[in-house]
Amino acid sequence: MIGAGDEQPLLVAERLSKRYGRQIGCRDVSFSLYEGEVMAIVGESGSGKTTLLQLLSSQMEPGAGRVLYRMRDGVTRDMAKLSEAERRFLFRTDWGYVHQDAAQGLRMGVSAGANVGERLMAVGWRHYGRIRHSATTWLDRVEIDRDRIDDTPRTYSGGMRQRLQIARNLVTQPRLVFMDEPTGGLDVSVQARLLDLLRGLVADLGLSAVVVTHDLAVARLLSHRIVVMKGGDVIESGLTDQVLDDPREAYTQLLVSSILPP
Amino acid sequence: MNAPAYNFAYLDEQTKRMIRRAIMKAIAIPGYQVPFASREMPMPYGWGTGGVQVTAAILGPNDILKVIDQGSDDTTNAVSIRKFFAKTAGVRTTTDTHEATVIQTRHRIPEASLGEHQVLVYQVPIPEPLRFLEPRETETRRMHALAEYGLMHVKLYEDIARHGHIATTYAYPVKVDGRYVMDPSPTPKFDNPKMNDCAALQLFGAGREKRIYAIPPYTKVVSLDFDDHPFERYRHDASCELCGAADSFLDEVIMDDSGSRMFVCSDTDYCETRRAAGPALDSQQSEGAHG
Repeated sequence: MIGAGDEQPLLVAERLSKRYGRQIGCRDVSFSLYEGEVMAIVGESGSGKTTLLQLLSSQMEPGAGRVLYRMRDGVTRDMAKLSEAERRFLFRTDWGYVHQDAAQGLRMGVSAGANVGERLMAVGWRHYGRIRHSATTWLDRVEIDRDRIDDTPRTYSGGMRQRLQIARNLVTQPRLVFMDEPTGGLDVSVQARLLDLLRGLVADLGLSAVVVTHDLAVARLLSHRIVVMKGGDVIESGLTDQVLDDPREAYTQLLVSSILPP
Repeated sequence: MNAPAYNFAYLDEQTKRMIRRAIMKAIAIPGYQVPFASREMPMPYGWGTGGVQVTAAILGPNDILKVIDQGSDDTTNAVSIRKFFAKTAGVRTTTDTHEATVIQTRHRIPEASLGEHQVLVYQVPIPEPLRFLEPRETETRRMHALAEYGLMHVKLYEDIARHGHIATTYAYPVKVDGRYVMDPSPTPKFDNPKMNDCAALQLFGAGREKRIYAIPPYTKVVSLDFDDHPFERYRHDASCELCGAADSFLDEVIMDDSGSRMFVCSDTDYCETRRAAGPALDSQQSEGAHG
């Protein structure tokens, strides 16, 4: 799946560390993510997954280390050295962020169409018909009935909200999407459908993604590579099937063996 | 104890200087909301405390003051503010738009075109155009700083999605001098084009929210819209039944409880001037009129 010819990584984490006073958020995390690649960060609650995701997506400043990103013009830049305006622009064009709680990632008071169209309007689209057309297309793609385009997400079910959030993020064709427990809080059949959808979109669009999850099944279905965290450290990383089928660390073995057999 | 009961125009000189500094800054950065230390005024918030402070700060003994409320010179708000300044500043007051040098207004811009010698002072309830979509002040300030105005179009999008056209009829957002998006206070959108390239200085005061902003004379003011849903003025498809004007903004007045109604100019001075000038010479067709 790794895009041929793209030898330069898209996102590089260099020795990222973050402390909360005496507590360690995460320590000394390094990796490279290439275009078209999906990486899962797994671990139990409090293992530093979300901290790491926030550091990677520049929502939090690292205590040490840095994050590098290859921009659309091919130049790899240090995220900390971007101006706030550039960072925010990146965030609504080239990046996406899917929250676990869709209410955080959506504007609950405005219609689904406006939710999807917001990023387009933010980058200067000023033609109502085209914005609406684009929104309709995206609702189709995430399997939301187009009759619901003028309803607010308040009237949507949890699964629909999550799919709407995904459409809202992907409408500007980002290259990198961060997902924080995208299937958390959904029932199993809805989860399966969402995963199916995500897998299709990631493959179709050649997206790179960093997915935080405590659900190893999600990691197995979505990701190519996996990073296992415990107490703020990365204790194991590698190809997803390799790590899950043949875990090396005792803790990873414990995680894998804790999955209930189907 | 020979000190006068009030300083000229009610506010003390230090306060006026503070407000004038805010006004200078506002003029220097058209459309930008300048915070100022708003004072308590002898009237409740929502009755024009911001506008009154701006007027008090710019008023001189030779100024002639006009105050309008929804276009009218003789509603409570207009009369009481006019009296307030007649008493505390001893300035001349008028209802004649041409004669006035300072015009304080709530919700209308006079129909008669304004000149370079005039200042228009608006009373503003909520200065932040992004407020209803983004409740956080820290965030809206950052959006202004970075000129991130996509959200304003989200509001217009919602209008079209719900009503088939841009249904915002007042407080219609404008972009000033190609930079800041600004709330023109709850004036009807009919008045928006009058803000553009206006010869008079336009000052906006929000007392409760403690903000002053300005449009310097001859500044470009553009109403936001979509390419396929352009900005349109709105006025009732009728003529004033008192003066016959077909180009003025009209108020609908309910006459009785059986549904009869009449349309009259909202700008009373404009209407009276026309009636004094003679029997209804039907004025030229209005450009922006539509039903």
